[in-house]
Amino acid sequence: MVNFPILTLIMVAPLIGAAIILLLPKDRADAIKVVAAAASFVSMALAFVVFLAYDRTQGGFQFQEKVPWIPEFGISYHLGVDGFAAPQLLLTGIVMFSAVLVSWQVEDRPREFFAFLLLLVAGVFGSFMALDLFLMLIFYELVLFPVYVLIAGWGSKRREYAAMKLTIYLFVGSLVAIIGILALYFQAGNSFNFFDLKDGVAKLPNSVEVQRTWFLPVFVGFGVLASLWPLHNWSPDGYAAAPTAVSMLHGGVLKATGAYCALRFGVQIMPQGASYWMPVVVFFAMAGLIYAALIAFRQTDLKYIIGFSSVSHLGLVLLGIAALNEYGLNGAGLELFAGGVMTGLMFALVGMIYERSHRRDLTELSGLGRVMPLAGVGFVIGALTLMGMPGLPGFPAEVQIFMGLWSASTTPSQMFPGATNGWYAVVAVAGILAVVINAAWTLRVAQRVYFSEPQHPELLSLPGLTPLEKVAIGLMCGVLIVVGVLPNTVMSAIAAGVQTIVQGFATAS
Amino acid sequence: MFAEAPVTAPPYLATLLWLAPLPPLVAFALIALFFNRYKQLSATIAVVSMLASTVISFIVFFNVWQLKDLGKAPIRSTFPWLPTGDTVLNIGVGVDPLGATFLFMVPLACSLIFIYSTGYMAGDPYYSRFFAYLSLFGGSMMGLVVSDNLLTLFIFWELMGFCSYSLIGFFFRKPSAYRAAVKAFMTTRVGDMLLLLGMAYLYTQTGTLSFHEILHNEEVLTRLAETQSAFGLSAAAAIALLIFGGTVGKSAQWPLHVWLPDAMEGPTPVSAMIHAATMVSAGVFMLLRFFPLLQAAGEHNTAFLVVALIGAFTAFMGATIAVAQYDIKRVLAFSTISQLGFMVAATGIGAYVAAAFHLLTHAFFKALLFLASGSVIHGVEHGHHHVSHAAHGNHGSHAAHSNEEHDGHSMHSDASHAHDFDPQDMRNMGGLARRMPITFATFLIGGAALAGFPFITAGFWSKDEIFADAYYHGLVKGDGLATLVFVLLVLSALMTAFYTTRQIVMTFLGQPRTEAAAHAEESAPSMTFPLIVLSVFALFIGFINIPKDFPVFGALMGDGAFWLKNYLASMLLEKPEAPPFNAVPVLFSIAVALGGIALGYAAYGVRPLTAGQTDPVERLPFFKFLHNRWYWDDLYRIIFVRPMQAIADRYTDVVDRGVIDRVLEGGYALGARVTKSFAEFDRVVITGFSDTVGRIFRAAGDWVRDLQTGQVQNYLLSSLAMALVIIVVFIFLFQ
Repeated sequence: MVNFPILTLIMVAPLIGAAIILLLPKDRADAIKVVAAAASFVSMALAFVVFLAYDRTQGGFQFQEKVPWIPEFGISYHLGVDGFAAPQLLLTGIVMFSAVLVSWQVEDRPREFFAFLLLLVAGVFGSFMALDLFLMLIFYELVLFPVYVLIAGWGSKRREYAAMKLTIYLFVGSLVAIIGILALYFQAGNSFNFFDLKDGVAKLPNSVEVQRTWFLPVFVGFGVLASLWPLHNWSPDGYAAAPTAVSMLHGGVLKATGAYCALRFGVQIMPQGASYWMPVVVFFAMAGLIYAALIAFRQTDLKYIIGFSSVSHLGLVLLGIAALNEYGLNGAGLELFAGGVMTGLMFALVGMIYERSHRRDLTELSGLGRVMPLAGVGFVIGALTLMGMPGLPGFPAEVQIFMGLWSASTTPSQMFPGATNGWYAVVAVAGILAVVINAAWTLRVAQRVYFSEPQHPELLSLPGLTPLEKVAIGLMCGVLIVVGVLPNTVMSAIAAGVQTIVQGFATAS
Repeated sequence: MFAEAPVTAPPYLATLLWLAPLPPLVAFALIALFFNRYKQLSATIAVVSMLASTVISFIVFFNVWQLKDLGKAPIRSTFPWLPTGDTVLNIGVGVDPLGATFLFMVPLACSLIFIYSTGYMAGDPYYSRFFAYLSLFGGSMMGLVVSDNLLTLFIFWELMGFCSYSLIGFFFRKPSAYRAAVKAFMTTRVGDMLLLLGMAYLYTQTGTLSFHEILHNEEVLTRLAETQSAFGLSAAAAIALLIFGGTVGKSAQWPLHVWLPDAMEGPTPVSAMIHAATMVSAGVFMLLRFFPLLQAAGEHNTAFLVVALIGAFTAFMGATIAVAQYDIKRVLAFSTISQLGFMVAATGIGAYVAAAFHLLTHAFFKALLFLASGSVIHGVEHGHHHVSHAAHGNHGSHAAHSNEEHDGHSMHSDASHAHDFDPQDMRNMGGLARRMPITFATFLIGGAALAGFPFITAGFWSKDEIFADAYYHGLVKGDGLATLVFVLLVLSALMTAFYTTRQIVMTFLGQPRTEAAAHAEESAPSMTFPLIVLSVFALFIGFINIPKDFPVFGALMGDGAFWLKNYLASMLLEKPEAPPFNAVPVLFSIAVALGGIALGYAAYGVRPLTAGQTDPVERLPFFKFLHNRWYWDDLYRIIFVRPMQAIADRYTDVVDRGVIDRVLEGGYALGARVTKSFAEFDRVVITGFSDTVGRIFRAAGDWVRDLQTGQVQNYLLSSLAMALVIIVVFIFLFQ
């Protein structure tokens, strides 16, 4: 290993931060927060360096670090990012840094809170960069535990129920995925290395059958974390109960990990299985998209609404992945990034309201644009991203996802030889209706919460935004606007990564 | 009129095209960010920016209006925005003949509406915000006109949708305004999403979205026409239909027309923007852009059929509804729907030039009518305040109450002020001609143009052109569809003349039916000046496309006859065929215009309505049906809105909590019981699986409990330290 281990540093910085925090005396709340902010800033800055330095013309996996770990089981400490993962690292950094900034008011056991938060984010970073499946699973499980503790320990409404529900869902999901991965491991050459496993599976004499058998466990197992309908139920309950920072990270970033792992370890290792099952998966993705939009349309609890919006956003991502072509995957990658920032932003804004007023029901809120005008602007920017308004990154993402679905509709079906996947066109039409419904509820919420006539005079005396909160909103909105106007900043990286993935499809078939 | 020597475009035009939409967009940013507290300054910035945009556009227009072959080689400038695999999505500007004619009309109409707004909105507490949105609206429409490709067009198209939402809901204290805004946004968005699908389809088929590269390229068009798509359509027809979906939403065609009448909840200048210069024009403008695609799909193809039928049906339906409305703006709203139907139907029977021509003339006279109706409403409100203040013995200073009455926000929402008096209801008007002479004269001109009053109005020439085409294709060449279109449009034109006359008489003639009308006052010059300018265009803009063989007029125009047709010709691969001059459709056109006016005058003008008298149209057998707009809104509420709400309401309880959670909880309970019974029996399974699960959760529980006692950090710290040590060892020892 010659290179500077920048990926390891990105992942370790939060761990170091957590360690320092735990060494600090517990009454030094400010110092704890500064350390947390500094650690996440370091990660964000390094992730930004990786994002910029990733060579788009070369493509493939870069910044690789590989150290043998348990060679007899084919396990190594192997990190690397491709163009698809690099923006997601940046996304994680941005959301984490913002989450720390908006959590400045946490007074309940801040030391433990920030330590767990940093532990959580280290796991997320690790999942995005692990190229060894064993390592990846360790990171993956490393995430689940702090989430449970943070929700059960610092949450609100029905927190224990929500924390347990969320953990059981995700844990069982990961078990299913592990079973699938183990099956591949034993059949294809006893290596947990991503590349070896991929080649091993492809070279199997009964490769097609193996892929068709084990694709669903792996994809669905990780899909649970991406709130694949109908296994999404943990998500709204969990987010409603979780403290703001956890909702932000979980909705914006952790779910992205689920979709990312489903793509990397499901689709990419088993392209034949993917092309066989995707017409089925695409139905569930579409159902989730429409379902979440409809519920958000009628819910009145703000946190539930945003929770469903994240289900909806992941539905779009899964639609893009299910298209299994360049357009769709490009769109999915951009949607992961854009939707992640959007979800983080929305949860942050809801948190700001809830902390001040202890209210989060639409009927109890009005005219907050007067108290926190910047929050109103932020919400509108988030809403416009979700509904795919040009000028914000949701638009280029959605355009490409629907292009992907459209061109997928002419591909031959694997499940029904002789037929084509014309069904995808129906999915595109139905999915796009959900985008319309999303527009309806976001407008309703923005109008009701921020821009209506104040009907609750007590709300008008709430304190305005703190400078740190303004920085967080500004950061996330700024990212959305920059990427929306110049999507190529992120798209060039994603496209480089997707190209390799799509070439893999071509050689497989 | 075309110069003999080849006229070439100067090279700076591409730069100017980039600049054309910019001033209003910059104005929006300036007002929104810096000047939202300075009312006068905001308005000035907005007006000046729109005028700047107009000047730039005119420079472009007067450089290209004589270029005969501009359509074959439009001026274009693009940059790559988003690479998608092998192809790239571009952002770009361009001007071709169709765009050039709009570069003349749009900024001109917008500027006049901006100027008018400075007077109309005076005193509104959100004056700056209004001009910010209005600038964004105008800038977006300018951007749409200079778009070189569908992506750029779609971006501005959506921006405009957002502006219309903000502006229709501008009086946000009024629930009806907010509902109308959401309705407009949602309804047009259904169309927008079809357009987005069409765009995705088109791009996956051709690898480009450039208008010129697709629509002026025989090879691409043929390929699209030969590719098969679903439902027996060719790809060309399917894409054209999806794109037409966007037009149906934006240009308020049946079945997505329901938002436009409600959109008049916005301030009147916004109605003028939406109904004339921007929103609805954008829909037909885009349809015309994609006319070559319709053509490529072949004569009598499904796409043409659908476009023609929806257009003709909408024209007819809109006209019937307009007959039975009392609200002065609502009559105009339905007349817009109907007139847009004329254009869409014309496109559907292949009358490309006629549709573009009517779109241009309509923009001028409909902007005029809306602004004039705003002036009427303003005047009547003024009268109403005058009366009610006098009645209450309130002799407050004029300045104070004039300030209040111009305030749309308090005016429309203050219940104590309402007295159930509706200043937009034509039954509350009458006799305004004497009180508001300029408004009357200009409204009369606009109305005459709408009714198609022969020879001296622009509306006559453009409508006549549509009739001529429909007649030629239908009754001369024997095409059944064109015949049907001709019949429906002639009937609609008759009704148009009738309801326009009804409107003018009810509003301006006879005796005032309320005190408010009797005390109405003429509006300020900032409002009447735009009316006068627009009247000039409503009268004379028709002369850009006089048929060459038209008696007297054709000869008078000389080489200028059919300017628009000749100019637009290079847009299409095959030159549009002009129907030979035929007196029959012209006579029809004159007969329905004069006949409708005569009918209207007979019903209303001979013995004008007096206060409390029943309107003659109420005696029509279908009055309720027409007055309630064919019950489309109620139908949609029953078949779409309510079921959707019901599903959404019950979905969580039934499916999420009822089925999914129940199944998983059942599975969990079952699993727990199974493991329990196996516990005594098979220790290996337990240790291997469920004990681990249990242990993890128990551990988690313990940790949380510990957390509360504050000891957990010790564990956490030690495990973290271990993790760190391991990592450090990895990094430094294994290198």
